[in-house]
Amino acid sequence: MKIEGLSKSFGKKTILDEIDLTIKKGKLTAFIGPNGAGKSTLLATMSRLIATETGHIYLEGKDLKSFKSRDLAQQLSILKQMNHLNMNITIFELVAFARFPYSKGNLTPTDKDKINLSIAQLGLTELAEENIQNLSGGQLQRAYIAMILAQDTDYILLDEPLNNLDMNFAVQMMQLLTKLVTEFGKTVIIVLHDINFAASFADEIVAMKSGKIFAHDQTDQIIHEHILNPLYEMSVRIKEIEGKKFCLYF
Amino acid sequence: MKRKLTYLILILAVLGSCALFLTYHTYGNIEFALALRLKKILGFILVGIACSFATISFQTLTQNRLLTPNILGMDSLYVMLQTLSIFLLGSHNLTSLSSLGNFFLSIALMMSVSTVLAFSLLRQFKHNLFLFLMIGMILGTFFGNISSFLQILLDPNEYDHLQGKLFASFSNVKADHLLVASIMIALLCIFIWWLAPQLDVLHLGNDYAVNLGIDVKALQLMSLLAISALVGVSTALVGPTSFLGFIVANISYQITKTYRHRAVFITGSLVAILLLVFGEFLVEHIFSFNTTLNVIIEFTGGCYFIGQILYKRNGNKG
Repeated sequence: MKIEGLSKSFGKKTILDEIDLTIKKGKLTAFIGPNGAGKSTLLATMSRLIATETGHIYLEGKDLKSFKSRDLAQQLSILKQMNHLNMNITIFELVAFARFPYSKGNLTPTDKDKINLSIAQLGLTELAEENIQNLSGGQLQRAYIAMILAQDTDYILLDEPLNNLDMNFAVQMMQLLTKLVTEFGKTVIIVLHDINFAASFADEIVAMKSGKIFAHDQTDQIIHEHILNPLYEMSVRIKEIEGKKFCLYF
Repeated sequence: MKRKLTYLILILAVLGSCALFLTYHTYGNIEFALALRLKKILGFILVGIACSFATISFQTLTQNRLLTPNILGMDSLYVMLQTLSIFLLGSHNLTSLSSLGNFFLSIALMMSVSTVLAFSLLRQFKHNLFLFLMIGMILGTFFGNISSFLQILLDPNEYDHLQGKLFASFSNVKADHLLVASIMIALLCIFIWWLAPQLDVLHLGNDYAVNLGIDVKALQLMSLLAISALVGVSTALVGPTSFLGFIVANISYQITKTYRHRAVFITGSLVAILLLVFGEFLVEHIFSFNTTLNVIIEFTGGCYFIGQILYKRNGNKG
């Protein structure tokens, strides 16, 4: 996935400023950076939720705009940060929506298998017939992630998917994503707030600051005090525990 | 299973009220009564279907269960077009224009105006649906005011003509063009029926719909056009329908408890027909024409509307 000269502004405020970025296929790439750096906007633009003003985004060498919407939905999926649904449906029905690009609303047995598999992967099998209004924040978040899995796309874009998840599920979630990358060759692009999750699980890190790419490299090269300190404008100490780097920021 | 039972009950209720309406107090002359009442019932069925399809899909587009497509200002546009035609041509010229021609002309005009509005406004405002609705509302008031201004200027005879001939209402169904109207409504409903799976996804919100491969802008435009055409045809048949769509849509959501448009469309159509036929029966035989169906619908609709708002304000969802 390649981004060239991408800019975006709302009114006079520039959110994204001449972004050039190439995201490697089959890797887990994490976007990090302070609040308001434009991470979510970049992700939304990459997934055509927000129209581009200047610049181009290419998926597998083809301009995003030249894709048919339905074809693109079989290639790329996004989970946004804020999810609020006012519908009375079960988890199964919610996840079933993800098969729309394939089945146009008439579920085939293959669709049902994929839906049940994704629900199982997020440990929701027992809740599958539960109304989504009765779920806790974490359960709901997992249901949304199950939805993204069921859409079964090569590119998966996630905007802070660890919101509302406790430590246990957050770790399980990251392990699941790592598995998707290593075993199924998916490309995962994820906005993370907790830098330690990025340090432990991401293959590559894109650090953003005020609408620009601050740094982009392999994870090992980014987790350094001389990069993180100016990025967040605070002092971050990095310690190695059992060969892994950890950032201490308070 | 449960849904089939609901359908069955609704269908029986509709058939029952139709039979009651058709055969009650015919004073022996059943053929005469049937000829008159059948036309009316056909009109009600058409309007009920059109109203339920238009309102339910419109509420999904706007993601608001309290709106009806009347907000687009279609009905006041219709009134204005009719007034204008009398004002400019005069009633004696108008009679030379066949009434079928008039029917087609007004629907065509309404559709072209709404198409032009939809295309230009949605493009201008970058597909901001709510701005579009607001402008529709303002234009509706504008059209309404122009019509009443022109009506004041009209010669009283012409005004009488205008009211008698052109303003349809529930008690005065414009039955001359039932065939044309039913073909149009059938086509439009088939079109919306075909869009229904996409509308289902739109329930999740625009971003999800885009993510799931739906061209939201095209869908909005296509459904808006179909909706305004439906409202146009039904206005031409029975005049403005006010709260009917609102009651129908909300009741059928409550009955079906589903997000699937096709199920809601069917239930909504049945509920609408039931309300109209039974309401008209009440008006004719219980209130013996002391009130009109419009008044009954607006009264119950208003009560229901307030009830819904209070219910939602207490933190209930759906």
